[in-house]
Amino acid sequence: MIQICFFASLREQLGVTNLSIEARENLTVKMVAEEIVNTHSDWADIFQDKQLLCAVNHQIVSPTTIVKDNDEVAFFPPVTGG
Amino acid sequence: MIKIQQIDFDVGVEYNKLTDANPTDGAVVFFVGLVRDFNQGHEITGMTLEHYPQMAEKQLAAIVDEAKSKWQLGRVSVIHRVGNLQVNDQIVFVGVSSQHREQAFQAASYIMDYLKTRVPIWKKETTNQGTRWVEAGIKS
Repeated sequence: MIQICFFASLREQLGVTNLSIEARENLTVKMVAEEIVNTHSDWADIFQDKQLLCAVNHQIVSPTTIVKDNDEVAFFPPVTGG
Repeated sequence: MIKIQQIDFDVGVEYNKLTDANPTDGAVVFFVGLVRDFNQGHEITGMTLEHYPQMAEKQLAAIVDEAKSKWQLGRVSVIHRVGNLQVNDQIVFVGVSSQHREQAFQAASYIMDYLKTRVPIWKKETTNQGTRWVEAGIKS
């Protein structure tokens, strides 16, 4: 399984902190987002936000990054700490 | 030393950690970020900071390592608070010791700049009109 977590304003918009999806071969970050939207159609607009960032196993990645079984995928808005 | 914590920090204690038994460093630069009472057009009464724990610590450690590779540094200390804060509360401490001041100034500035753009921490402000997430890219 792939663990997916959401943070900050995205977490609040979705009303969900985390979920999981089945791993499969050649699954990219972009495909993970598409799969999430396919099962939660009311989230489509939220995932259109071009500013959303994605990290796999705590490293920022691009939409084409491959996601493997047991990876932790996080989606979140631009950071505002400091 | 890197810490992400809810509790406050004591600048005097942190300064001493940078200087105690450290005869080689002739410079210490530190920065403290505070909760301001006005931001992006609204009065602020407090804020809540959310973070992504494991990633925030890894990213902070990476930024500190980068700074150490760019400049000759002695000790480096970064503390970032999370949770509920009030106006005037301390948010972040970045302290750097070095043999000479220029290295310490540059490294402290570098760490703060990258902390603000790469470490997964988010501010949610409580304003006179309710709560709102701080938007990135707007000076805060």
